Amino acid sequence: MTALGAIEPAGSGDQGQILKLAVMAVGGQGGGVLTGWIEAMARAEGYAVQATSVAGVAQRTGATIYYIEMAPKAAQSPVFSLAPAAGDVDIVIAAEMMEAGRAILRGFVTPDRTVLIGSTHRALAVSEKTVPGDGIAKAEEVRAAAEMAAKRLVLADMEVLALQAGSVISASLFGALAGSGALPFKRPAFEAAIRAGGKGVDGSLRAFAAGFDAVQKTAADAPKPQSTQIPNPTGKPDLLAEWEALMRRAGALPDPAVTLAQAGLRKLVDFQDLAYGAEYLTRIEAILAQDKAEHSYALTAQAAKYIANAMAYDDVIRVADLKTRSGRFVAIRKEMGATEAHLLQVTEYMHPRAAEVAGMLPAGLGRRVMASPRALKILEKLFNRGRHFRSDGLWAFAQLYALGGLRFYRRRTLRHAEEVAHLESWLAQAMAYLPQNYDLAVEVIRCRRLIKGYSDTHARGRSKYDRVLDGIAVVASRADAADWARRLREAALQDEEGRALDGALDTIRSFS
Amino acid sequence: MAERSFKAEVEDLRLGAGDTFTGEGILAITKALLENGVGYVGGYQGAPISHLMDVLADAEDLMAELGVRYEANASEAAAAAMLAASVHYPIRGAVTFKGPVGVNVASDALANLCSSGVTGGALIIVGEDYGEGSSIMQERSHAFAMKSQFWLLDPRPNLPSIVQAVEQGFALSEASNTPVMLMVRIRSCHVTGSFAAKDNRPPPLTVRAAQANPQSNFARVVLPPMSFAHEQDKIKNRWPAAEKYILDNGLNEKFGPDAPVGFVVQGGMYNAVIRALQRLGLADIYGETQVPLYVLNVTYPLISSEFLAFSAGKSALLVVEEGQPDFIEQALGAMLYRAGADIRLHGKDVLPMAGEYTGQVMLDGVTAFLRKAAPEMLPGQVRAPNADAPAIPDLSKTVPIRPPGFCTGCPERPIFAALKLVQQETGKLQITGDIGCHLFACLPPFEIGGATMGYGLGPAANAAFDGGGDRRALSILGDGGFWHNGLSSSIGNMVFNKSDSVAVIVDNYYSAATGGQDILSSRAANGSKATGNPITRALKGVGVNWVRQVNHTYDVGHMRDVLREALTTDQPGPKVIVASSECMLNKQRREKPLRSAAIREGRRVDIPRFGVDEAICTGDHACIRLSGCPSLSLKKLDDPLRDDPVASIDQSCVGCGNCGEVADAAVLCPSFYRADVIHNPARWEQSLARLRARIIGWLQARRARGRLSFEAGAK
Repeated sequence: MTALGAIEPAGSGDQGQILKLAVMAVGGQGGGVLTGWIEAMARAEGYAVQATSVAGVAQRTGATIYYIEMAPKAAQSPVFSLAPAAGDVDIVIAAEMMEAGRAILRGFVTPDRTVLIGSTHRALAVSEKTVPGDGIAKAEEVRAAAEMAAKRLVLADMEVLALQAGSVISASLFGALAGSGALPFKRPAFEAAIRAGGKGVDGSLRAFAAGFDAVQKTAADAPKPQSTQIPNPTGKPDLLAEWEALMRRAGALPDPAVTLAQAGLRKLVDFQDLAYGAEYLTRIEAILAQDKAEHSYALTAQAAKYIANAMAYDDVIRVADLKTRSGRFVAIRKEMGATEAHLLQVTEYMHPRAAEVAGMLPAGLGRRVMASPRALKILEKLFNRGRHFRSDGLWAFAQLYALGGLRFYRRRTLRHAEEVAHLESWLAQAMAYLPQNYDLAVEVIRCRRLIKGYSDTHARGRSKYDRVLDGIAVVASRADAADWARRLREAALQDEEGRALDGALDTIRSFS
Repeated sequence: MAERSFKAEVEDLRLGAGDTFTGEGILAITKALLENGVGYVGGYQGAPISHLMDVLADAEDLMAELGVRYEANASEAAAAAMLAASVHYPIRGAVTFKGPVGVNVASDALANLCSSGVTGGALIIVGEDYGEGSSIMQERSHAFAMKSQFWLLDPRPNLPSIVQAVEQGFALSEASNTPVMLMVRIRSCHVTGSFAAKDNRPPPLTVRAAQANPQSNFARVVLPPMSFAHEQDKIKNRWPAAEKYILDNGLNEKFGPDAPVGFVVQGGMYNAVIRALQRLGLADIYGETQVPLYVLNVTYPLISSEFLAFSAGKSALLVVEEGQPDFIEQALGAMLYRAGADIRLHGKDVLPMAGEYTGQVMLDGVTAFLRKAAPEMLPGQVRAPNADAPAIPDLSKTVPIRPPGFCTGCPERPIFAALKLVQQETGKLQITGDIGCHLFACLPPFEIGGATMGYGLGPAANAAFDGGGDRRALSILGDGGFWHNGLSSSIGNMVFNKSDSVAVIVDNYYSAATGGQDILSSRAANGSKATGNPITRALKGVGVNWVRQVNHTYDVGHMRDVLREALTTDQPGPKVIVASSECMLNKQRREKPLRSAAIREGRRVDIPRFGVDEAICTGDHACIRLSGCPSLSLKKLDDPLRDDPVASIDQSCVGCGNCGEVADAAVLCPSFYRADVIHNPARWEQSLARLRARIIGWLQARRARGRLSFEAGAK
């Protein structure tokens, strides 16, 4: 989205002719190049100009500021400041969405004068990425603040524009600066600065043009409506007919559950087969039978979502199946930008453990192996080591292909038996709460979100899930039990070790 | 090869009289040195003057033409010691390092130099690293000037003033036989601007010529009784000579009309003060001020007569002095008191005692002062604001902090991933860090190391634990720190005290944090410096018997095994691991152009990059907690069944392999794959790939026939 206000050069602040421009960037984004262009252009256009930056360790992937001041050249030299001040900046260029937020937070963006040119893309900070759940900062809050704080706001995904042009974000931002008309210079002056820079000129000019045009377009960058339509599969007519019947069956569920059930159906038919999909629908229908319209079928909808995830558990067969599909290789080629002229080699990083191998044995045998430390030790010895497969090679592909082909035997494995048992106990626990507290039952269904990952991570997820359910049992009789269940689940998703969860559990025990 | 090359800019150093020089502060300083007949230069890198060292290195040829010796000193102490050449010889010398941590290291040599006194001008250019963007503790170099008695210049932060300060600094040094420190603040080092150039001047006496005619005089040696004479000489002769030079040549400046109030301003703060006055309508954009300013381009010594003349007739003064303690304000207060003046002195009462004087701080401080001392000068809007500032939503809880961290592909990341994995086995270890990029490991996601005591002092900071215990203590040391001070202060200390601890030396082939300067163990050939001296040889030389060299840090499993061995071996004495892989920032800068050229020329090039199978990733982010790589990020899938974002690797990935290795070593998940895109493959490779693709394609088609395919657009 780009927006707002008449185009007029900035710089009508207290000191009249001094124009102040701050570039907020993340180290490594090329903020120095952008600053260099702006400075060279201003000088070439007859301005006295000064740029400053802070170099060094502070720049390694950290938030960093470049600052420029300029004024028309005169007999006397202006006295410029070396750093931006709150409430005293005419143009802020933010090379990332949260850096735009940081500029607002620091008071550099004010409604009386500041033109804010920002890129909507995200370079996630470490603190956002390490959260086991969803720790991504809320860009819409920054956008809302930007709309209030800026005199004029130009927002677009400058990173994508630059990448599409085969260049870097400094060039598209420079284009957006030109397009905004916030500086008293014409487009050719900007382009001349890029040419004078002499490095990667063609790519930079393409990205510059894209940035320039992005300002002119209004609402072109609006988020696309999410398509939740399930694409029609391809396959034999008899299979397709069966699929369509299942889709109709899912479509007959109450409205809030349909989209989720159809997505779940797709996931499970893809995971196993049509019969498995039918089994899934049967489970949902059983829950629907106890659900009520007055709660807008929240229970059925959430069950449709989480039963699908539970039934499509991550076993070796699934991984091998997904890794050997033709669509995957096509997608990797596209992702890596490999054309017909290139060769593509794909190396898989896998590390199976004894428990996973035992899980693939027939349930009875698998249980005996898991109960025998000696047998487990042998399995560890045989299988537990890192394997780097070249899956574009025949031997590795054949192994993965064969594993993926075990799909038809999957229902007889130990892993399947365990997953089914866990699924049923989870649903039974949730449904047991239903008569006394509908919302609590829904929250227990949602707790399935805690179980994810492989090996240790999976085990940790399971243990968090168990602890959350134990905690829920403690408060189950309270009127606000559902609220506590939600809080416990969210706490469990906050950190790896479960410190937040421990704290929440302590709180619960203190009043129960 | 340093991270940033100044080869092109260095050509501007040849400009002469009549030319205008345009560029950065550090280049202007270098140009000024050459214009003032400097005979030798040196220093030690560190922000904000790293680039000054890079400029000097890149200008080595030009300096050689002029007969100027350039030395890349081993430390700040070595740099300061080099100024000994100006004690007996009338040769101008200049060294540079960062303040105040570099000044700390140099202080021994500086104290001796100041006692001996100098004949040739001795200039110490210090990049004062205070305030935002600083990577060190917040202190001032000012105290060193006071205790050792050298003069401190803090010129107004524009190129002509800085260039003039170099000229005046040399002259002041020679006039008073005292070293001079020229302080440039972090932003002035990279501030851009112009000044009128002069011709470069070869030194009247070169170091080479001086060496042919050696001088010595025991009166200049710091030994009693000469040292007592030095102390008297400082006070009786050198100080008055300095005052005279400063007064005669007008080093300090006065601006503005006579008024009942005035400001006393550190030169480096001048622009910020003018900006505050501009915003209050009390100065125009050219600095024409209605408030009189006494600008201290020399902040030590303070000239009592000049200050008292400025303050005469005023009722109140504001001292603008950044940082603490408030040395200047205290000294000025004492002067006023002794003079019996009836003038109110403000400073740290309206401005904060600690922290950077940012634009807002300065505006608030100046306003508060004027409100007290001269309210009639303030514009009505400030005296009685009639409009509330509009409320903008508070984003302090939304915007995440973004401290610096390891770059994409950094070879240090896998070392700390391995260390985190080892600690999962052993429990938390007692760990100290050192100065360098590796200190980022103390931040999330690694949180490794709880103390840093100085450059090269990582293992020394663990000395109390050298006796061993349940679990050995471990310390980190970088290759830069190792050669700076670590070999003797840290490793030698471990050997001598029969330490049972473990030290990990992070060897990335450069002094990487300061900008990729070469050091003794650098692998690159360097025309004028001796590189290629392995750290392991030095370790063995000082008596470390348990040394392990790891040549590929990205092998996380191996790295973990070596760490485990060091922590558990029965061998007595220090256990030292040298973990070597090239700094990725420098490697990419070196290899990328070569790779592009090779592709253009039709040679076979393999470009690796990592990817994540998003259907296999479950979104628990365990991989990120062992990485923190900027290219390993998250992505929200367009799938209503998914709550949490999945891992995703963007195209900035350089294929270092850390994420795949971590997924393997920590047994995380099978989502990672490496994709090698082969440019210009050989013909036989292509044929083989075609054959494979045919067979694989047949197998895939065979399986697809039995099921429904949801792969939209796959074919």
